Parts: sequence; structure tokens; C-alpha cells
Amino acid sequence: MKKDIILCGVGGQGILSIATIIGEAATEAGINLKQAEVHGMSQRGGDVQSNLRLSTENIYSDLIPQGGADVVISMEPMEALRYLPYLAKTGTIVTSSKPFVNIPNYPDEAALMAELDSMPSVVKLDIETVAKDAGNARGANMVLLGMAAPFIEILTVEQLRKAIAVIFARKGEAVVEANLKAFDSGVAASKK
Amino acid sequence: MKQLLLGDEAIALGAINAGLSGVYAYPGTPSTEITEFIQTNKVARERGVHSRWCTNEKTAMEAALGMSYAGKRALVCMKHVGMNVCADAFVNSAITGVNGGLIVLAADDPSMHSSQNEQDSRFYGKFALIPVFEPSNQQEAYDMVASAFELSEGMKVPVLLRIVTRLAHSRAAVEVGELGAENKLCPSTDQWVLLPGIARKKYVDLLGKQEAFQKASETSAYNKKESAGQKLGIVACGIGYNYVKENVGDNADILKVSQYPLSPKAIKAFAAEHESILVVEDGQPVVEETIAGMVGADYPIKGRLTGDLPRTGELTPDCVAKALGKPTGPAFDNAKNLAGRPPQLCQGCGHRDVYTALNQVLAEYPDYRVFGDIGCYTLGALPPFKALSSCVDMGASITMAKGAADAGLFPAVAIIGDSTFTHSGMTGLLDAVNDKANITVVISDNLTTGMTGGQDSAGTNKFEAICLGLGVEPEHVRVVVPLPKNMPEITRILKEEIEYNGVSVIIPRRECIQTAARHARERQKAKEANK
Repeated sequence: MKKDIILCGVGGQGILSIATIIGEAATEAGINLKQAEVHGMSQRGGDVQSNLRLSTENIYSDLIPQGGADVVISMEPMEALRYLPYLAKTGTIVTSSKPFVNIPNYPDEAALMAELDSMPSVVKLDIETVAKDAGNARGANMVLLGMAAPFIEILTVEQLRKAIAVIFARKGEAVVEANLKAFDSGVAASKK
Repeated sequence: MKQLLLGDEAIALGAINAGLSGVYAYPGTPSTEITEFIQTNKVARERGVHSRWCTNEKTAMEAALGMSYAGKRALVCMKHVGMNVCADAFVNSAITGVNGGLIVLAADDPSMHSSQNEQDSRFYGKFALIPVFEPSNQQEAYDMVASAFELSEGMKVPVLLRIVTRLAHSRAAVEVGELGAENKLCPSTDQWVLLPGIARKKYVDLLGKQEAFQKASETSAYNKKESAGQKLGIVACGIGYNYVKENVGDNADILKVSQYPLSPKAIKAFAAEHESILVVEDGQPVVEETIAGMVGADYPIKGRLTGDLPRTGELTPDCVAKALGKPTGPAFDNAKNLAGRPPQLCQGCGHRDVYTALNQVLAEYPDYRVFGDIGCYTLGALPPFKALSSCVDMGASITMAKGAADAGLFPAVAIIGDSTFTHSGMTGLLDAVNDKANITVVISDNLTTGMTGGQDSAGTNKFEAICLGLGVEPEHVRVVVPLPKNMPEITRILKEEIEYNGVSVIIPRRECIQTAARHARERQKAKEANK
């Protein structure tokens, strides 16, 4: 079994934390993993992405081929659309519904949402509001990971929860609980 | 034990476990994380492994060579263009030879994710006539460090370790070995004085080692042949191997190349077994050209030069699939509602205030030019500032402004960051002072090396002293604090110094907001720990 995932967003939105948690869960489960990240110039408020490949078999390429991504997980709706050429025909887009506008030529929002909705499999949610409602305003990326969890398949929701606990352990029990709560509300929203 | 490591981290840990005594480097994407890993590694700290940042790649290369002279294992790391900066020391280190193992790590950036060109460091390996290692994955990156140190000490030459962005910044599980001992202090007793008469003899010695280097490549565990009875032979170099395997699995004839120099014997034999060869290499067509010279003009070779693979940009699973006649493709077209989102200066960054002031003052001069340099502030070339006319290489802002001023251009303004100034700007400023060039230099000092993630900057707290020491007149070294509220003062000073006919230096100084936030967090943490 294999799962190819593209994580994307705008520099500073916390996609690498999502990657770290999936990576921890995969390592713990003994699943092979390759994760190509973006460092350097691209982090300054520009678009960022990470190619995350999980497989029970040997993984060669660090990059996902076009038409190969099973899931696109995006912190920002327009950024989700950027990777359409990489999305598999049967793939799913899991994205925040709230635009992050830091460029003057951001597309028309209604048209953008209509294009997203026209895709065969999309889950979108205002993750920032959900995170706030869960009492963890900084946990939007954990809400997103929760939304995506049912689609990652090669890892169970429980394995991801455990990884969150491990990764945030050194920040204390309260931080772990807050992030798990954000994650759980994402999982619940995804199932609706 | 397996650990999840970036390619860069695998190299760092491989070096520590191979008994490294010093890493010497200047930050540069995608090589920075190697030195950062060693700086924070517990074992390296306990052992006192040298890991402080150097002023530039040349000082790094020379210090590493000095450590090798003293008998210990040294690693020098840089991004590909850093090889140009250290080339003098690098090429000559092949002539002097080494004592303790010496690895030169060059991280190439095909597709120019964070760079000005996509030069291929394997050319430097050929140029200096030394062995080159090119890992295909994170495990090889880890393993190769020990192999390269052994080869370096065995052959008495530096070894080049060449990686690319996709390996440097990609994570995978790596089987990590045992910690080895450092070398003991044991200074070289060989001849290292490269006077012409001695250098001629040492150059002949180096040429005499070439056959042994080829033999090492032929017997290398990192080079291997896979056979499936195909007519097409694929020469797959470095991570190119992964893209081939991704597409054809075990159903291909592959000559995997991860250690150079290429063996003419191996290449000729591989060519004889096949009807044609496809060369899959990330970077420039180094191997494609070399092979052409080995198998004869009529032998069909495909690769980047023939257009079977793109001439520019990094390899992808898709372009390699196409070259193998196995086109993949998107299931969905590009989105319609999509705009580019280029990187930009952070909100609240001091560089922003510098550009706002510069643009305001220079608007009064019809023929002004601002010569830029390498760092976050290069983003001042983009909207909304559009403030720069050039950005070429580390330090070129000052010297290009000087040359333009020599030609009569006015006002000629240079803008350079603090770390870039100490890296390669100081010597140019001395030229300008000696010529009394009519230039205005802005050293935008954010107290860090910002672009690469906030590493310590070599000249912090020394800039006024450096400028005065180089001979800039004291009344024309001006310090300002780049904040919107100080705009009237900054613009007034800029105007005065542009009007001064000679060298003036303006130093807008305010800490990078990213490192300031990090430092505040660290202070808070320390405070809590002391409670």
C-alpha cells in the first residue's frame, strides 16, 4: 500500500508541523517514508509545499509524479488549486476554506470556491474558526490534519493522535491536550 | 538504529560518527542544515567539534585544510556558488594534498529554488582532478561520509561530496552506525609549499593518482550495474537513479553512478552491451559529455544535450518518465483561479523601511541606479519596491556601484546586508575608498544572516569600526534605525550622503523580526527556567 500526499500553504502557516506528525506516526508504524521540504527563500510569505510519500514498499523518488497524489492537504484554498496537476484522478483535496490574501492579484473568491467545489472529492472547512471554537486558536493546522486523517488510510486516526502526543510532549500536557482537541474536531468535521 | 533525517542531517551525523573534528561553513541554501545539526548535536558539543560559522567559503575551505594539515578530519560545506568563492583554495588543496581526511560538500540547486545559477559542482571535481561522491539517497549520504574520509586519507586528496536540493531537504529513515574516534593531532610532514618548482612535481603526483581514483570508482559499493536484458542502457547518476527506478522498477539495464571519476572501462563495457545509452543526471550534462568522449562519435547517447531530458531545471519523475517513453501526466489541468505567490519581505522588516526611504529620496534623481546584493533584501527588487537594478553575486553591490560611478553614473547606490558585507563586501569598499569613488553604500544591518534562517553574522557590532578602518571618513559613516517614525531623519541623511562626493556608508540597524521573536522566546524560556 502507498499514499502520496502533497502538503501546501503559505510560508509560516505550519505545514511542516503537519509533516512532522505524519512522519512520526509513519516511523512508529514501520512504514517507509520520504518527505521533500521547501527551505530558504520560499518561506518568506510565498507558496510552500512538501511532498510526503508513505509506502509499505521501497520508495525511490523524493517527488510525487503528476497525477499521483492521493491527498492534497492545504492550509489555503488557492494553494490547494496550485497542485491540481499532481492530484490523482481518485484523489481528495482537504483544505482550509479561508483565503490568505497577501498578493494584489488574488483571484475572485467566489470563482475560486466554485472551481474547488467542481472537483470530484473535496473537504473544506474554516479551520481557523474551528480551532478557535476548540479553544486553540493556533491549532488550525491540527484541525486540518484531523480533517485529512480519514483519507491518509495507511495510518489510523489513533496512530496520528499518538504522534501528536509524542511531538508536543516536550511543550507540556496542556499543549498536547489542546492540539488533540483541535485534531479531534477536524476528524469530526470530516465525517459530517 | 533508524532515524528520520534530512539528507543534510544524514551527512552531518555521518561526519560526527566518522570522527569529525571540525565543520567549516558559511550559510547557504540548501547546505545550511549540515552545520546547524553539528552545532546542536550533543556528541559534537561534548567533543568540542568546531562548528562556528565562517566569514565566507574561502576562509572556511582554508581553515578546513589547516585542520586536515594538523591530521584531523574536517568537513567544509557550502552551496554550489560557494565553490566559486573558495575555488582558489579548493583547486590548490588537490595539489597540496591532505593529511587528515578532508571532505568538501557542495550542495547544488538545480531549478534555482534559492540561487542565481544552476552550476554543477561535479565540474569542479573534474577540474581539480579529485574523486567525487554523489549519493542517491539519505542512507548513502550518511554512509558516504565515512567512505569519503577513508578515501581522502588513503589517497591523500580532498574528496568532493556533491548533493542536490532534493536530497538535502528530503527526509527518510537512515540506519545510523556507531560513533568513531577522532584522529589525534599529527601535523603533516609533507611538502605543502606550492612554489612553482614544487607545485609542478605535486601536480604530476596528482595526475599519477588518477588511475587509482578510477579503480576506486570501479570497485565502489555505490556504483553498480543492474541487468534486465534491455537494448537501452541507462546511466543513472546520483538521485537520477531514483527517478529511473520509480518509473521502470527492476525492468531496466542501469549503470548506477554515485562515485567519480567515471571509469572509461566500465562505460565502454556498458556501451558495448547496449544499442544506446540514456544519461539521467541532475544538474548539467557532465557525464553525458564525458561519455561521448569515451564511446565514439557514432554511438547514440541521449540526455539533456539531445533534448530527451530538459536542458534546464531539476529532474522530476515526470521528465524521466518521458525520456523513458513512459509518459505520465496530470489527471486534472492547471487551475483557472490561480495567481503566483512570490516570497516577500516580512511585514515589519527593517529592510522595508530602508527601501521606502531610498525610493523616496532617489525619486528626485533622474539617473539613479541601486546595485543590490544577495540576501532577504534582494526581494526589494520585486513590487511594491522595485528598488534594485542588479543582483549578481556576494559583494557585487559595492564594486558594481563603484565601476558605474567610475563611468560617471550618479547617484550610484549599493545596498548590501551585514553578513554579505563581511562575506565579500569589505575588500570592494577598500577599493572604493582608495579611489575616492562617488558612491553611497547602505549596509542594511539586521544583526543576522536572515535569508538562510537567522545564523550569527560575522561582523555584528563591528561595522562602524570596519568602515573606519578601511578608511571611510568618520563623518560619512552614519547609523540610523529603520522604523517608519524615523523616516524624516533617514531620508535627510540619505540625501546628504548621496550629495557627498566620495564614499559614504549608511548603516540602518534593526534586528531581523524573525530572530528578534526567537530571541524573545529564548529569553522567556530562560526566565521560566530560573523561576
